[in-house]
Amino acid sequence: MIEHRPMVTFVSHLVLIFGVAIIAFPIWITFVASTHEAARMVQIPLPLLPGDQFFNNLELTLFKGLQGAGAPPVGFMMVNSLVMALMIAVGKIAISLISAFAIVYFKFPFRMGFFWMIFITLMLPVEVRILPTFEVVANLGMLNTYWGLSIPLIASATATFMFRQVFLTIPDELLEAARIDGAGPMRFFVDILVPLSRTNIAALFVILFIYGWNQYLWPLLVTTDQSMYTVVMGIKQMLEAAEQSPDWHQIMMTSLLAMLPPVFVVVFMQRLFVKGLTETEK
Amino acid sequence: MAEIHLNKVHKSYGEDEVLHGIDWHIRDGEFVVIVGPSGCGKSTLLRMIAGLESITQGEISIGERVVNDLEPAERDIAMVFQNYALYPHMSVYNNMAYGLKIRGLPKDEIERRVKQTAEILEIGDYLKRSPRQLSGGQRQRVAMGRAIVREPSVFLFDEPLSNLDAKLRVQMRLEIKKLQQRLGITSVYVTHDQVEAMTLGHRLMVLNGGHVEQLGTPIELYERPATKFVAGFIGSPSMNFLDANISESGKSIEFSGGNALDIPQSLSSQANRRLTIGMRPEHLRVDESKSQTTAHTVHVVEHLGADTLVHGSFGNGGSDLTVRLNGIRTIDEGEVLPLAIDPKNIHLFDPESGKRINS
Repeated sequence: MIEHRPMVTFVSHLVLIFGVAIIAFPIWITFVASTHEAARMVQIPLPLLPGDQFFNNLELTLFKGLQGAGAPPVGFMMVNSLVMALMIAVGKIAISLISAFAIVYFKFPFRMGFFWMIFITLMLPVEVRILPTFEVVANLGMLNTYWGLSIPLIASATATFMFRQVFLTIPDELLEAARIDGAGPMRFFVDILVPLSRTNIAALFVILFIYGWNQYLWPLLVTTDQSMYTVVMGIKQMLEAAEQSPDWHQIMMTSLLAMLPPVFVVVFMQRLFVKGLTETEK
Repeated sequence: MAEIHLNKVHKSYGEDEVLHGIDWHIRDGEFVVIVGPSGCGKSTLLRMIAGLESITQGEISIGERVVNDLEPAERDIAMVFQNYALYPHMSVYNNMAYGLKIRGLPKDEIERRVKQTAEILEIGDYLKRSPRQLSGGQRQRVAMGRAIVREPSVFLFDEPLSNLDAKLRVQMRLEIKKLQQRLGITSVYVTHDQVEAMTLGHRLMVLNGGHVEQLGTPIELYERPATKFVAGFIGSPSMNFLDANISESGKSIEFSGGNALDIPQSLSSQANRRLTIGMRPEHLRVDESKSQTTAHTVHVVEHLGADTLVHGSFGNGGSDLTVRLNGIRTIDEGEVLPLAIDPKNIHLFDPESGKRINS
């Protein structure tokens, strides 16, 4: 719609600026809080402009952690989060690719049955099956391990379904051409199917990495050892620190740090991400 | 180089039989075309030769080997698909080299073969491009290149020109023909386009509903179609069919409107019998002498430059009839043309079975 009415332009910009402010203001406050000393953060009014303690706080948070709060250094937790998010994203993509490959390209008894069984697990996210899943993980001795953190979150109907749709758009002639060229099923998978799904894999990676990074409930349950804490649940632990008032400067710094990796992933993979979700030409 | 033997080949999908026993011997180095309307089973037959469809019954052998249970890659064939089926993420070079890599050929040998083939097809400049950067005709060449580098003993073409525009189709048709002559590799080509079939094939198989209607050279099919189906399928515009009777004497054909045509050989055994008579539009001519009394009322005239197509109705019965006249003619709609035909160009068919009657 192209219109030249200044009033409309003005009002629509106002609405947009208002919307951005609502989203951005809390993040600004987080940033401001992470640049002041602990003492400043409990005085009223709260500061609205950044202070000069940013690098001090950064060092303190990353490498020392919150003394007395029973939380490990944030740098440590971030590594845990990173490992968990990567394991979930890579694991989900690998398993979904292979299962979609099986469902689309192989004929076996109850093929559609299996497909629907996978599909129905969409209705059973971790939150629903949390008790039995916890028991399984506990019995397998995977509490307080990276495997325990990631495996229950790996099986994924959404990704399987998405890859199935991608594979269905790949013309049969490609498979036939590959067969005539002498490629067996695994060669076809590796040489043709996976490269053709590249952009979809990237898009899914972005989504799944953020999904894994933001996990809260599950890590809270399976980690009792501080060395396995992830950063998202770590923030919560910090708030409950002892009887003293929360150390806002460090908590906010942690929040800021926790926000960064997903932002980086989105920023750097944005082009592939959009391509993967919108591109239809094969 | 190899011969192909089809021995009573049947194909069924469940209860549904789509090919009813095909027998054919394709000679070494021959270019044969399987032609027929869509759904006649021609592509299925080709895919059975390729090994992409199983053989329900019968036997296919390529060279000396029965290939029924061999994988496509083991049959020593190469196939060109209608939509080319190039690997979209690979460069032209890799598309052509992929099959050779899998076979484990040494790198320099692969490079030599790809370069050489690219030269034949004049695609040497595009080797580094990806297929999506190529035009339809170039993709078509790459698809053929991928088939040629394999140095197979049989080429299979599945309607390879259908996705090209008319001009390019004519050009590529000629190139395929030249290429096949040059390489001398046994080729099986499937098409629904009778012009492609006529121009390309040494021999043709006309398929209809899973049955072989006729096998033969293009000229045999044109001059002596064995069935009404073949007669209607081969030739453009297609043959005119009229219902008629053979006179008592067996020496002339009587049309419903009272028109009659003399025929050279007496068909007294068929006397008083209803039959279908076929006349090609290009064999009909305007009879200046007006000795014959066949009248044709013109409805539509199409000027093609080299020819003039005259569509109209024939006799009192009003059967549709098309006449193809040489050159540019001025003919008005509604005009009545006296027509004549050389009796040797008349085809007679049994109206029930569609089989040819006259020899």
